Amino acid sequence: MAQVQVQLKNVTKRFVTKTLGDIVAVDNFNFEVYEGECFSILGPSGCGKTTALRMIAGFEDLTEGEIFLGGRPVSSSRDKLYVPPEERDLGMVFQAFAVWPHKNVFENVAYPLRIKKVPRPEIERRVKEALHHTSLTGLERVYPSDLSGGQQQRIALARSIVTNPKVMLLDEPLSNLDPHLRETMRFELKELQSKFGFTIIFVTHDQSEAMAISDRMLVADMGKIMQIDTPENLYNRPINRFVHSFLGESTFLNVVIKDGKVYAKGDMEHPLDVEAPANAEPEMVLATRPNAIELTADIGYQTHVQTRIFLTDRTEYVVPIGNQTLKVQTPHRITFSQGESCSVRFVEPMWYPVEDAEAEKERQRRQLI
Amino acid sequence: MINLRRNKDLAAVEGRRIGLDSIMTVLAFVLLLVIVVIPISMIIYNAFFFEGKFTFGLIVDQLTRSTTMSSMWNTVKIGGLVTLFGTIVGVFYAWLLGRSNIPGKKLMRSLFTIPYMFPPFLGAMAWDLLLNGRSGYLNRWLMQTFNLSSAPLNINTVWGIVFVEISYYFPFVFMQVVSALERMDPTLEESARIAGAKQGTVIRTITLPLVVPAISAGALLILISSLAHFGVPAILGFSQGIFTLPTRIFAVISRSGGSFEGIRQAAALSILLVIVVALALLLQRKVLSSGGYDIIKGKSMRPTLINLRGARIPLFIVALVTLVVIVIVPLVMIFLVGLVRAYGLPLRPENFTLANYARIFTTSGTVDSIKNSLVLAISAGVISMVLGTLIAYVVQKIKPKGTGVLEILSVLPYSIPGTVLAIGVILAWSGSLRVNLYNTLWIILVAYIARYLSFSMKTSSAALLQVHPSLEEAARTCGATHTESLKDITLPLIRPAMISGFFLIFLPAMREVTTSVLLYGPYTRTLGVQIYSLRDAGMMPQAAALGSVAIVLIIVINAIVNAITADRKGV
Repeated sequence: MAQVQVQLKNVTKRFVTKTLGDIVAVDNFNFEVYEGECFSILGPSGCGKTTALRMIAGFEDLTEGEIFLGGRPVSSSRDKLYVPPEERDLGMVFQAFAVWPHKNVFENVAYPLRIKKVPRPEIERRVKEALHHTSLTGLERVYPSDLSGGQQQRIALARSIVTNPKVMLLDEPLSNLDPHLRETMRFELKELQSKFGFTIIFVTHDQSEAMAISDRMLVADMGKIMQIDTPENLYNRPINRFVHSFLGESTFLNVVIKDGKVYAKGDMEHPLDVEAPANAEPEMVLATRPNAIELTADIGYQTHVQTRIFLTDRTEYVVPIGNQTLKVQTPHRITFSQGESCSVRFVEPMWYPVEDAEAEKERQRRQLI
Repeated sequence: MINLRRNKDLAAVEGRRIGLDSIMTVLAFVLLLVIVVIPISMIIYNAFFFEGKFTFGLIVDQLTRSTTMSSMWNTVKIGGLVTLFGTIVGVFYAWLLGRSNIPGKKLMRSLFTIPYMFPPFLGAMAWDLLLNGRSGYLNRWLMQTFNLSSAPLNINTVWGIVFVEISYYFPFVFMQVVSALERMDPTLEESARIAGAKQGTVIRTITLPLVVPAISAGALLILISSLAHFGVPAILGFSQGIFTLPTRIFAVISRSGGSFEGIRQAAALSILLVIVVALALLLQRKVLSSGGYDIIKGKSMRPTLINLRGARIPLFIVALVTLVVIVIVPLVMIFLVGLVRAYGLPLRPENFTLANYARIFTTSGTVDSIKNSLVLAISAGVISMVLGTLIAYVVQKIKPKGTGVLEILSVLPYSIPGTVLAIGVILAWSGSLRVNLYNTLWIILVAYIARYLSFSMKTSSAALLQVHPSLEEAARTCGATHTESLKDITLPLIRPAMISGFFLIFLPAMREVTTSVLLYGPYTRTLGVQIYSLRDAGMMPQAAALGSVAIVLIIVINAIVNAITADRKGV
């Protein structure tokens, strides 16, 4: 088992606001990140992911709990301990790059070493190496304002790896780049990680990015940890409706379960072709992926095609079920025309309790902050 | 919002450890207490307390005097007229130069901003030399040429004062509106044309309403400046007994010869002046209570220019004549009178001499006044730059409890007339609080700092807002302490703004009269005061010569500033 590099124990952060009352930005976070791991914190805005990262970095103190870096406590509410950011030996890349406009590329990257009073020849050598690894060689004397967004991002990367930190914090570092560049940078980041062996904690709201880069992911919502697992498990076995909808495309159906049979709400005459789950409640939500629904001529629940959209890599159908509609994606070879009758069948759907209105309200309240 | 709390939170965390932020916060409050709060409190105390008892007596006493009432009325009348006409002139030329196809736009635009740096009291002097009711050059020429028995024009009237003030204050509106017009999304106007509106209708119903916020911001500046203005009414009004509140306060102080009774009367008058300014601000807010629209795009776009057709050349000539009258004529007048051997001699080459200029550099009082002004302007500039940046940092980044108070206190002196500020400084720092700075340069320096602190605080604030918090945070994760990140990242980034803040203070301080005229002592005359006294003593040519030197000095320094700020690296 690899060594624990970052550990959060019962970490809670509370804000007091005038207009919206108390907000628990981070509610009892517990997790460990292992050496050499790429760990993502994923969630919508207001879920507490950035606050959590900033507490690890030391830009914010915690209200309760403890944070350990490499086994050493850096924040602790019990011991009234707080180690300032500059003494935590971390690398960090910010969303807006935070490249200093008044320093050229060399000086930006050399800054952490100068602060540590590293001897001059050594600075030269290490900066050169960092620039080499980030493909910035030759741009030493250029000012950031003359460089592209991707190059500025590389400066920020070079600056954070130059001290060879054990842990690298990344706060949505790719969201300011265009999609193509994002993919390249993602790849380069992984390359750097395998070369230097640092641990990455990556904060993002972009699920596909997190999936592509992470060994494990933490999905948070409204300040609470929903689920921590590998990307695969998160996608295939989301623990609740939120995680389901947050990763990949989802389609939900409100269903009524009666006498072991499942009915779509609004149509109590024709049961769906799916088995009721164990310990079913009378009303539930059936969750599935649009590409995990079988669309056939006659096997399953009889309905018809309401809308058909031809896309580059798939065909998308909207079919009515009861008083709801369902999105279905199929390969191009399966074709139904608009209005044609068809049947739908669910393959291993997930079942969730009906979400109460209160939770939705709370989510909206937090969006306002 | 979260950001706001974040900073606070970190500050709290660090406050526990280092305390740099708390030191800066305490310092900011103490400085503002000394520079702003104490002088203002002293005025209020002296105006309302007599022998330790609260009384309205002094104010009532002032209000029952006809001289006070007429000064108040003049202040309001001049302020209102200057604001009204200055706004009209400013908007008209802003539109003409911003939106029409009038020729020579670029040159005219820079010429139109000259009145902005030209000291108004020198302009008043120039117009007095030209259009004085008895001895003005132009009046005498007109009387001779047309055989008139009396002077046809008289600048020494309320309307004369209004005219001169307009010519120096309309750029406030002009510059605001020109930039708003340039940043306005042209499709807003174009869609009105598509909807069927004629050119004139578009200007009236779309363009003008959209620039109302810019107009009212400029008009507000004119109103505050005009109500508090000292130089022009002092030079044009005194001889005719036309007083405004600021000049009345000056008259009361100089007549009383520095007696305490005179200063107390001045304090009461100051309260009245502050009330007039405050009422004017309230009224303006009521009249123009329009919020900012989100129509103005940050990007610079190319607006469609309106073809003036047949009016193009006539309007060009009108603009040219305006420029000549408000910029060239006073300038030339000051230079020419500075050359003349004796005041009153015709302005002909045979009467010209350089003796007046030579005398400037041989008369010790005059040389001293230039030195004093340089010393004062540089020290006020440097000190205000540092203090303003300190306060801006506390307000923008540390945000302690009472940030709002701090912000208000630092911009308060800007809306308080210079005359009032000077009275406050006299009351506070001439012995009553065991500190006596009277008749020293220090007292003038303190007044300048109070007066100009808001300038540097505003520029530094704007620059600090541009410095994203992550820039400092990045330094922290690199291992820099709070102090190091301030020194290595934040300060270098706002240095250009600090430098321009310095010159924003240095330039007006160089030509300051309003407060220095109340605070100077025998050995602490400033450039403005010296020009004023020379003229007061009837030494017109010497005053004009010194005025020319002041103008050249200001123009040269301004050119240097522009050269410096033009090639700084885009941060």
